Amino acid sequence: MNDFEAVSPGGDAASEVGSGLDSDGSRVVDADGGDGRQSGGPWAIAWRRLRRNKFALFALFVFFLILICCLLAPVWADHVADTGPNTTHTLEKLHEGSEVKEVVEPSGKAIGPQWFSAGGKFFLGADGHLGRDEMVRLLYGGRSSLFIGIVAAIITTFLAVVFGLLSGFYGGFTDTVISRAMDVIWAFPVVLLAIAIGIVLAVGGLVIGPLHVKSSSLWIPTLIIGFVYTPYMARPLRGEVLALREKEFIEAAVAQGAGAFRIMFIELLPNLISTIIVFFTLNIANNMLLEAVLSYLGAGVQPPSSSWGTMISEGFEALYSQPLLTIIPGTAILLTVLSVNIFGDGLRDALDPKSKVRFEARAGTSDPDAIGPV
Amino acid sequence: MLRFLIRRVLGAIAVIFAISILVFLIFNVVPATNPAQRIAGKNATPTLIKNVEKEWGFDKSLPEQYWTQMKLIFTGKVTSYSQAHINVDKRIEEGIPATASLCIGAAVIWLTFGFIFGYFSAIRAGGYTDKALTVLALVGISMPVFWLASLMLYYFTYKLEIFPNSGYVSLSNPWQWFTHLVLPWISLAILYAGFYSRVLRSSMLDVMNEDYVRTARAKGLSQRKVMTRHVLRNSLIPVITLFGLDFGVLIGGGAIVTESLFNIEGVGLFTAEALKQQDFPSIMAITLFGAFFIVLFNILVDVAYAYLDPRIRLGASAT
Repeated sequence: MNDFEAVSPGGDAASEVGSGLDSDGSRVVDADGGDGRQSGGPWAIAWRRLRRNKFALFALFVFFLILICCLLAPVWADHVADTGPNTTHTLEKLHEGSEVKEVVEPSGKAIGPQWFSAGGKFFLGADGHLGRDEMVRLLYGGRSSLFIGIVAAIITTFLAVVFGLLSGFYGGFTDTVISRAMDVIWAFPVVLLAIAIGIVLAVGGLVIGPLHVKSSSLWIPTLIIGFVYTPYMARPLRGEVLALREKEFIEAAVAQGAGAFRIMFIELLPNLISTIIVFFTLNIANNMLLEAVLSYLGAGVQPPSSSWGTMISEGFEALYSQPLLTIIPGTAILLTVLSVNIFGDGLRDALDPKSKVRFEARAGTSDPDAIGPV
Repeated sequence: MLRFLIRRVLGAIAVIFAISILVFLIFNVVPATNPAQRIAGKNATPTLIKNVEKEWGFDKSLPEQYWTQMKLIFTGKVTSYSQAHINVDKRIEEGIPATASLCIGAAVIWLTFGFIFGYFSAIRAGGYTDKALTVLALVGISMPVFWLASLMLYYFTYKLEIFPNSGYVSLSNPWQWFTHLVLPWISLAILYAGFYSRVLRSSMLDVMNEDYVRTARAKGLSQRKVMTRHVLRNSLIPVITLFGLDFGVLIGGGAIVTESLFNIEGVGLFTAEALKQQDFPSIMAITLFGAFFIVLFNILVDVAYAYLDPRIRLGASAT
């Protein structure tokens, strides 16, 4: 904690005076830390550092923009495009002034992007033989992809925190069992494990006692993705718990007679939060990529549901006649994942104590030569 | 060294055993439908289903089923009923040259670019070069393989016709082999290049804080020598670990999407076809085969470490 406090007064003063103009280095040099003023905890510091990273904030903005657009899919479908994601328009014609266009030509080639010329209908054209509105499908597909990405990340985080805490805190037999189980999943290629489970569940759905999840449910890919990434997050968390367990504050809690549950969730968990947040964010990006791969291979989202992955899978069959049908959902995935990754990277820089070490080092407070030619 | 090796091999056998049980459970206990019916395919005759039931041991207890199925897979006697009764293990074997060509070429590309980008990113940490390279690496990491592959396929093989259309040509015709593989190599390598440059960068930044780097500077070594001889060398360990894992995954059929996009007749394409047919025996065999390669490459990485760094060797055999 002392490290944080040594930096924070300077950071605060600088941000009040220079409002983020200075680079990392000059701030700490400016600060002598002698005014003894406290400036909130590590969270305030993290927030200030994140706020300076305009690029990361812009990425966050893009992500929320995409999220909101996808959430508003029914609005676009009902009021602009006037069609549903699975409604076919095979035999329809579009009237634009005097021009009449067929939605799907007899050759099977569908109409290209119309932008607003048809009043928002077929904004991005229609897909393949069925003549479904590509924009509407993109928005609805995005809902599935984002749902899977975010909910699977929540599942992974929950499982990883529970397993990481249990195995790190209890050690011994509990640790051995959990760690070995994690090792086995770890030794397994993520994609192969996910498709193996995915294809098995895609055939018959999931039956747990009285609960029957249909194979077309979005929950199946969500649960699978949430499950397969768990060890990748639980392992580092366990490592952190192992290190924290030796600290005095845990000893103090034990001496006060705190129970295991209290120590794990009241004492240890708050110290893991910054790691958890970073992992959670980057996990969303990975989940969305894995969803696309699974759906492309037929082991993810099953028809009639659709996602960006299934759209790519369908579009790729007509790559040479209608490349846009592959490129549009692909670009949607790229933009979403990239924005999450850029924000996650900025978040890690803001929260990671290690980067604080570098940050001090660069400023010449502890180790002037540590960072090389900056 | 020998003791270390034996320990690692025994550990690996235990992991493979655990994985085989996991795979067995996934394919036999999780599904809600009749397993023999599934293996025999949708239009199977009752006699075929009976035969499959006997061959895969579905009429016996679970441990016996496990034993029968593993014997089938590891002795190479798995038949795929939904894909024209081909022998699965033979098909995997035939796919290895194509998959290996794809993976080795891609690995050369991603290591080269990963190292160059990571190195310059680290020595210019915080500067504009670093920021630009970081964004570039993040784009690489975030890029779905379909996106790049379909753009390249559309423009380079269809519109401009610079490269031949997809497929795999064996190494007996080196030039054709090369031109058919350039695009797949690039699209597979981009993700890893971005990722490796990030890993190398953060590993180098950690090493730069070590005492021996200060010592190296103090004794008057030039910046370049400090960076290449001391920092870069010592930051290779996480990169080597990752490489062992990733390469194992790819050789074991992990490049499924790339292979099926570019129609390369390797293990990955076979996996994709098996998935389309919901051909369980093939997927089961491929999954085990993939896990086997990961474990194998893990051992190789550990041996490489132990060879490079005696501390690891001693530490491991001491415990």
